[in-house]
Amino acid sequence: MWIFNFLFKSSIGRKLVMSLTGLFLITFLVVHLIGNLQLLYGDDGATFNQYAYFMTNNPLIKFTSYGLYFFIILHTIQGLMIAFFNKQASASKYAVNTNENSSWASKKMALLGTIILVFLFIHMGDFWFRMKIGWISYVEYPGYDVEIANLYERVVITYSKLWIVIIYLLGLLGLAFHLNHGFASAFQTLGLNHKKYTPLINGLGKAYSILIPLGFAIIPIYIYFINR
Amino acid sequence: MDMKLRLKIWRQKNAESKGHFETYEVNANEHMSFLEMLDVLNEQLISEKKEPVVFEHDCREGICGSCSMVINGRPHGPVQGTTTCQVHMRTFKNGDTITIEPYRAGAFPVIKDLSVDRSSFDRIIQAGGFISVNTGQAPDGNALPIEKEQAEKAFDAAACIGCGACVAACPNGSAMLFTSAKVSHLSLVPQGQVEHSKRVQDMVAQMDKEGFGMCSNTGACEAECPKEISIENIARLNRAYMGSVFGSQK
Ligand code: HEM
Ligand code: SF4
Ligand code: FES
Repeated sequence: MWIFNFLFKSSIGRKLVMSLTGLFLITFLVVHLIGNLQLLYGDDGATFNQYAYFMTNNPLIKFTSYGLYFFIILHTIQGLMIAFFNKQASASKYAVNTNENSSWASKKMALLGTIILVFLFIHMGDFWFRMKIGWISYVEYPGYDVEIANLYERVVITYSKLWIVIIYLLGLLGLAFHLNHGFASAFQTLGLNHKKYTPLINGLGKAYSILIPLGFAIIPIYIYFINR
Repeated sequence: MDMKLRLKIWRQKNAESKGHFETYEVNANEHMSFLEMLDVLNEQLISEKKEPVVFEHDCREGICGSCSMVINGRPHGPVQGTTTCQVHMRTFKNGDTITIEPYRAGAFPVIKDLSVDRSSFDRIIQAGGFISVNTGQAPDGNALPIEKEQAEKAFDAAACIGCGACVAACPNGSAMLFTSAKVSHLSLVPQGQVEHSKRVQDMVAQMDKEGFGMCSNTGACEAECPKEISIENIARLNRAYMGSVFGSQK
């Protein structure tokens, strides 16, 4: 069908899928960060645990989360297939290479994406998977007739190990570089290149790619060094 | 001033053979163009009864796009917005070693030495890079009013000489800058509107069929293009292609 030929066969359509799924993930990260910053509330996780309970039980958010899994998988498979094809299309390497004409991140998107992917597996294993199979403790809060998963405690235990904190920071560094190029790139792929708006998008992209990973990084650092 | 140079040049018999670098010493002059320096080398090789280095050239004034080669890692050499034939030896220093390679891209197979087969570009043009008009008297210059800024954008895109430096510079071997320039210079003026939608789809389809890579928006093409074609054109092509896929019956 034409729409599948466009999205998965044509070069521009395949990149459009990368752009739209990437922008969805960019939006998700903002929500995810705002939610997670509640870990720093200093109330032994009461706020965060109740928020996490809401997020895992609200049907609308549950539905969105399936969309999220689907888009991550789509972005990953499509991205790796594009990178694989491009590798062949560029044939052999030059003997002399300059780095003057393009940024490092823009040429290493698949490597950076793979770093993020490895990180995601570890991250899901630490929290999502443990919660699914019940390897987690539960707490009671007034106003709830069921016990709630104590994700806060899980987070504190996880971030009490230095090597895990380091893995998280490396994953976030990969994300920072991925988005340093990816944010603005997604708009160019959409066909949005404009004298007035593109400088704004570029600036916003650079700011996003530093501030969002930095925001996430504060959590393990704070818990490891200050809130043990 | 005279200068002594050491050249590391890629020698390859044909598309099938592997190819390797060979090193030559050449005496040149800073007033020579880069191609004249290569001419000197070839004279020298011929007098030594050796195979001269095959490289493409035609106009030697920056308009035909033939002089494709990668000099010290940069398509068309180190001078911004300049073709190889317009690079002069004064941009190098006496005693320099210069590495000269052919374009390396899947869709540009090497023919011999520095010469590559760029007929994939011709086939992209044949797929739709034209307008159909009736022949006859030349139309009056200002018969069709076109906004100045629009006309300038079309002209900037039309400056593309089809040299292929964009593909050579691209880490993905993508031809998006070339194709987008060729689509843009027609789509920005009224004469290009009749076949616009079909042109966009056909040229992109041909580009994909030739095995060029997909655009990661690295911007390497724009940085190396001797005619300084902007990646704004790539965004325009993306818009036009999506518009054509979703907006047309085809
Ligand atoms: C939360 C995580 C992620 C976010 C927010 C994200 C975001 C983005 C964005 C915005 C782009 C630019 C799209 C474009 O150029 O139009 C992109 C490109 C890319 N992403 Fe991701 N990404 C993420 C994870 C991943 C993962 C796990 C992979 C898997 C390996 C991956 C592989 C790629 C590749 C290969 C590209 C480049 C495609 C190209 O330009 O040729 N990404 N990403
Ligand atoms: S866009 Fe620039 S680099 Fe590419 S073929 Fe045209 S003139 Fe050459
Ligand atoms: S020989 Fe014609 S552009 Fe260089």
